[in-house]
Amino acid sequence: MSHRILIVDDEPNIVISLEYLMKKEGFQVAVATDGETALQLASTYIPDLILLDVMMPKKSGFEVCQALRADPALVATKIIMLTAKGRETEVTKGLALGADAYITKPFSTKDLVLQIKSLLG
Amino acid sequence: MRARLRFTLAASVLGLLMTGPFVLTGLLLLADAKDAERAAFVEFLLPRLPLGALITLFGLIVGMLLLRGLFRQYVHGLLRMAETLRLMLGANRNFRVAPEGPPEVRELARAANDLAQQRDELLNNVDEQIRQAKATVEEEKNRLAALMSELALGVVVCNLDGRILLYNSRARLQFKALAQGPTSMSGGALIGLGRSIFSILERGQITHSLENIQQRLRRGSSEPTANFITSTRSGQLLRCQMAPVLRTGADSATTATVDSLPPGPPPGEGGDGASSQAAPAQEVSMGAELQVTGYVLTIENITRNFEREAERDQVLQSLTDGNRAALANLRAAVETLIDSPEMEVDYRERFTRVIADEASAMSQRLETTMSRFADALKTRWPLEDVLAIDIVAAAARRIQDRLHLPIKNEDQDMSLWIRVDSFALIQAVTFLASRLQDHYSIRELRLRLSAEGKMVFVDLIWSGTPVSSETLYTWELEPMNVGAEISPLTLRDVVDRHGGEIWYQRDKAAHNAFFRIVLPAAATPDAQVTDRTQHLHSDSRPEYYDFDLFAARDAEGSGIDPERRLTDLAYSVFDTETTGLQPSSGDEIIQLGAVRIVNNRLLRQEIFDQLVDPAIPLKPEGILIHGITEAMVNGQPRLDVVLPAFHEFCAETVLVAHNAAFDMRFLQVKEDSLGVRFTQPVLDTLLLSAVIHPNQESHRLESIAERLGINVIGRHTALGDAYVTGEVFLKMIPLLADMGIVTLRQALDAAQQTYFSRVKY
Repeated sequence: MSHRILIVDDEPNIVISLEYLMKKEGFQVAVATDGETALQLASTYIPDLILLDVMMPKKSGFEVCQALRADPALVATKIIMLTAKGRETEVTKGLALGADAYITKPFSTKDLVLQIKSLLG
Repeated sequence: MRARLRFTLAASVLGLLMTGPFVLTGLLLLADAKDAERAAFVEFLLPRLPLGALITLFGLIVGMLLLRGLFRQYVHGLLRMAETLRLMLGANRNFRVAPEGPPEVRELARAANDLAQQRDELLNNVDEQIRQAKATVEEEKNRLAALMSELALGVVVCNLDGRILLYNSRARLQFKALAQGPTSMSGGALIGLGRSIFSILERGQITHSLENIQQRLRRGSSEPTANFITSTRSGQLLRCQMAPVLRTGADSATTATVDSLPPGPPPGEGGDGASSQAAPAQEVSMGAELQVTGYVLTIENITRNFEREAERDQVLQSLTDGNRAALANLRAAVETLIDSPEMEVDYRERFTRVIADEASAMSQRLETTMSRFADALKTRWPLEDVLAIDIVAAAARRIQDRLHLPIKNEDQDMSLWIRVDSFALIQAVTFLASRLQDHYSIRELRLRLSAEGKMVFVDLIWSGTPVSSETLYTWELEPMNVGAEISPLTLRDVVDRHGGEIWYQRDKAAHNAFFRIVLPAAATPDAQVTDRTQHLHSDSRPEYYDFDLFAARDAEGSGIDPERRLTDLAYSVFDTETTGLQPSSGDEIIQLGAVRIVNNRLLRQEIFDQLVDPAIPLKPEGILIHGITEAMVNGQPRLDVVLPAFHEFCAETVLVAHNAAFDMRFLQVKEDSLGVRFTQPVLDTLLLSAVIHPNQESHRLESIAERLGINVIGRHTALGDAYVTGEVFLKMIPLLADMGIVTLRQALDAAQQTYFSRVKY
């Protein structure tokens, strides 16, 4: 059984690459382009891993992360946060709010895939 | 009297000595003789007795005269000498004993005179040494003050109560610039010796920083300073550094006594419990080793720097974080493409489009960032006040060095100040010269410097080839590159940055053409110039400091206690010029002048000097007295803004004026309508003069000044009269003290009791 990945990012130009990469690795992929859709989708789709962008309109990645972690159905779901801000404080915040990993843009696709695989075990 | 008694006694003894032996011998002979012999003796003696008595009397008189002469010369002479010696000891040091009388007395007088001479030499020597020592100390202090006043950083020294003991001219200018008030005085007046720093800076901030410093001192920190940024009432940002002033070793002996006194909260400062409690706590906690007696504040207005830095921060941010996302998109797309050679064509196309989109978006972003960055570069220009002639001379040197183009000077006004970025301006002038040389082959350039109103003109003049205005427009927008030297700025940038203009003009009569750069003249150096003249005025002693205030335990802030000594109080000496004598029938104030006295010194630069528009026509007879014309008061602020500013200037001080009743009536008439109340005590030099010299006929200001030996200059301007009144008042304080009038209450009472106080004006 293949893992389910939810990609949350408002920028189609990164979503296209992420989606292609994940599918290529044999994962099932769903995409949400804003925080609210992401939350709705997550509660039904129950992904194994979420790639979550921090800077999004309406709900920020931090808010989404916090809400996801409040949902008992998603206890097992891993969260990788993607951010365009490289500040240490943000990394700390993301991890504190329940993210499992924090990746700063730009990143190497190979590293991302490795990170995902190691999280999914 | 005693001398006379002794003379009488001596005379009696002489008489006894002259008669006694004869009488005694006679009596003894009589007692020894037999009866017959006795009868014969008496018979023999009696007829001859008158002769003997006569001779004895004669001898007695001669003896008495001799005695008297000796007495006069030795006893009286010595007594007289003793008196003159006393005189020499006290009242008149230069008096000398006239050597007279017998040689011994003369010798004594000479010896006494020699002794006096020796004493005078010693005293003069000591006086001279004291004078020299004082002069050295004074010179050092003045050097310090001069040094301070030249610093480009604002410096203020305060005691623990926040009273200002020293400030430099930069601090004064800085705070003046912060003033928002309608008159130039309202804010600039806030800084002054003995005034509270808390009118400018937040009290809590200062207290907090002091506590930090004391903590650091206790921990033995090598740098017990505190930095903070604070905003003023007018919203400006100030960066302050606070360094403690520690009690020096020499003073430590007095520390104990000072400490044992309960410092106690200053009485009249209600509603300020925090600070009142803080002061004793500091005193105690510092203990004996290191006691903070005050602090030095260096102050820098960073409002502009701050805005600039914020902008540059933004640039940096958009250059880094702004590109992260785009770069991530690019990198992910490229890596995916590379790693997926099997990708379908339409997918491949989509990926390529992503790359193209992101790449072009990124270059555009870079472009905008760069243009914003150029703006940030421009705002970084620090403008400073310089003599225009210095800039022109530097530009001339540079043009000759770089372009080998001969430069001549033409009509250069040496006194003009401009506010510029000197480097950029010199660059601009050089750029223009190089363009003229390259495109029009000019052989020589003349530089002219002139001014018109508040504008300074820098002209680049050449003969021959005219240039079209369009050429200048083109040049204005080109980067100012000269030879290998390139600049990110254009001529227009430089001109705009200075708030200036540039144009091309032809002078057909003189057969030449010129570029004219117009720059606004700088205003600040004027203020500096007046500062310098004030230095000269005040007996060459700058009045920016008064370290004696260190000792003053809140000399001023504790309200005005009438039991305080006149010498300890702060005063605002003021005078008004008015349209007439009757405030009740519509006469108005047209000028207000005041000067402060702190710690027995007239502070000639802590002044209030303001013309007032009375909104009614001036009377011609008044103009003759005060010399203030309609033109002078037109456009000046009205009393409704001047009086509150004056009220602020006088806060916490005793008011002093000559014939104060007159001036006070003009102020009090307005109190209700303007909502300011002058509740402080008022001393009148006219009444005080009547107290000191009740028998003098005139108590006019000129007469008093003359009596007390004060030079009167600049009378009949409000400030000029305030100066004279202030000097008169300072001379009066010791004279009042001689009469036992020492405290404010005593002075007020004495003034009230004089005859003059019963006269209604």
